[in-house]
Amino acid sequence: MDGFSYNKILFAALTIFFTINYGLILQGIIGKIYARVGRRIGIRLFQPYFNIIRQWATRSAISHGVMYYLGPVFRFTGGAGILIFTPLILDAPLFNSFTYAGDVVLVSYFIFLGTLGMALGGGEAGHPYSAIAVTRGLAQTAAFEISLMLAIYSIAVQYNTISITEIIRAQQGGVLNWTLFTNPIATAAAMLAFLGSMMRSPFDVVLAPQEIPVGPPTEYQSQFLAMLMTNRTIFPVAKTVLYVNLFFGGVALYDSYLLTFVVFFLKTFFVYLWSVFVGVSFPRFRVDQSIRFFIKWPLLIGVIAVVAANIRY
Amino acid sequence: MAKMNYKKRWADLEKRIVVSPEGEEFEVDPMQDYFCDAKPRVHPPNKIAPLEKFANWCRAESIYILGFGTGCGAIEMRPLSSAMYDAYRFGVNWRATPRQATVFVIGGYASVKTMKRIVRSYEQMQGPKFVLGLCSCTINGGMYWDSYNTVNRLDHYIPVDVYITGCMPRPEALLDAIDQLKKRIKSGRAEGQNKYAENFEWYKANQKKIIKNWDMPDYSW
Ligand code: SF4
Repeated sequence: MDGFSYNKILFAALTIFFTINYGLILQGIIGKIYARVGRRIGIRLFQPYFNIIRQWATRSAISHGVMYYLGPVFRFTGGAGILIFTPLILDAPLFNSFTYAGDVVLVSYFIFLGTLGMALGGGEAGHPYSAIAVTRGLAQTAAFEISLMLAIYSIAVQYNTISITEIIRAQQGGVLNWTLFTNPIATAAAMLAFLGSMMRSPFDVVLAPQEIPVGPPTEYQSQFLAMLMTNRTIFPVAKTVLYVNLFFGGVALYDSYLLTFVVFFLKTFFVYLWSVFVGVSFPRFRVDQSIRFFIKWPLLIGVIAVVAANIRY
Repeated sequence: MAKMNYKKRWADLEKRIVVSPEGEEFEVDPMQDYFCDAKPRVHPPNKIAPLEKFANWCRAESIYILGFGTGCGAIEMRPLSSAMYDAYRFGVNWRATPRQATVFVIGGYASVKTMKRIVRSYEQMQGPKFVLGLCSCTINGGMYWDSYNTVNRLDHYIPVDVYITGCMPRPEALLDAIDQLKKRIKSGRAEGQNKYAENFEWYKANQKKIIKNWDMPDYSW
């Protein structure tokens, strides 16, 4: 991090604004894809905008206490934290606000922070469904986090750094330099963990409305829910950007801004699409099945990735 | 047997002394501690007219229906999410909890027992909230008009925005009603929540007239 300036705060805010819009449009497109697979016409492309503005414009709201307030704040901090500590576009000052030498570690904490926040908030709401869903959510998150952390550890050993910027730099200069090709085992483990974190089928038992009704946010309404919805738009994008950075070569700043953005959209979109493809093809796991899945295959691949990285580098 | 259970349920709601695991004694008053029964208040629309208009437009285009069917008409709600009718393309969605729903579709006759749940679910919904009365039964009792345990006019108990006639109406009729509701919301006339708050005493009196075993707070948030 080269010195602090107030511009960085502005840039961080702009980054979040940009991501909210990207996330909302992405939600529309993904909703459309889901509908077409089910032979429906599906939502309008701008439906997510209506939903989120409607939610922010709710007139009455009720609170259940301090932690109930802080739950969505924690959750939003988790999403925004990943976003502003990860370079969206390498070397572009606007999208690099607070990156620094150890950001990989910090960002992996942020991935977990939101779930913990929901545990506290949902717990204070006092609804038994929230408590059950939070337990499920935490168990599942812990299960896929292990393989993700192993994968990150593996590439940290490989590149000998824990700075995301350095990891992206090391992958520049051709497609074959991407972690995807230099360390496919770690990528495989991380991509399986990615499925778990995107809250899509087969791992969406935590938030699925047909299960324990709508999961941890059962009691959340009005602006509290709007905050959570905002986070749900930025969190998947933030995670996807992180994955693009760690495993798919990141996004470098090309001569033309247009080309840079096209590369950014293509990369994030296709990585995101991976969870959608799996989501529309496979039915939902129960929570015990999904945990068993995560501590079997991804964990095994992750351990192999770590061992291989330690032997090779 | 049934009577005994009934008594037991009332006892659960009475004041009592509870001993904590540490041996500390404290008083629990379920009606006060578990529920908040503050009266609803009127939430006037935004003073800045264009903002309110914009918000109303978004409210109309994003309809979250509470997935709670009361009578036989509720069966007509399900096809809407199928590929044939696909209500999602009109901005309709379903929520499993009243906290996050904006539209309550009363799916047909409301028996006294269900009425209790209807009132509680309606009161738990937030923000500008709207009610669709599906089926003739919600309008005048329909074929149950002289039944001993169903209510005849739904809008004596909660404010209703749009009614749909028919026994049973087709899913298309429900889609049309949603369309009418959208128009009503956009024109700013769908103020059922405020109507309920303004005439709270009247609604409560009506509800208590039919719900004899009132074992819940007067207003459940
Ligand atoms: S109007 Fe007919 S279909 Fe509808 S609830 Fe009454 S009896 Fe059932």
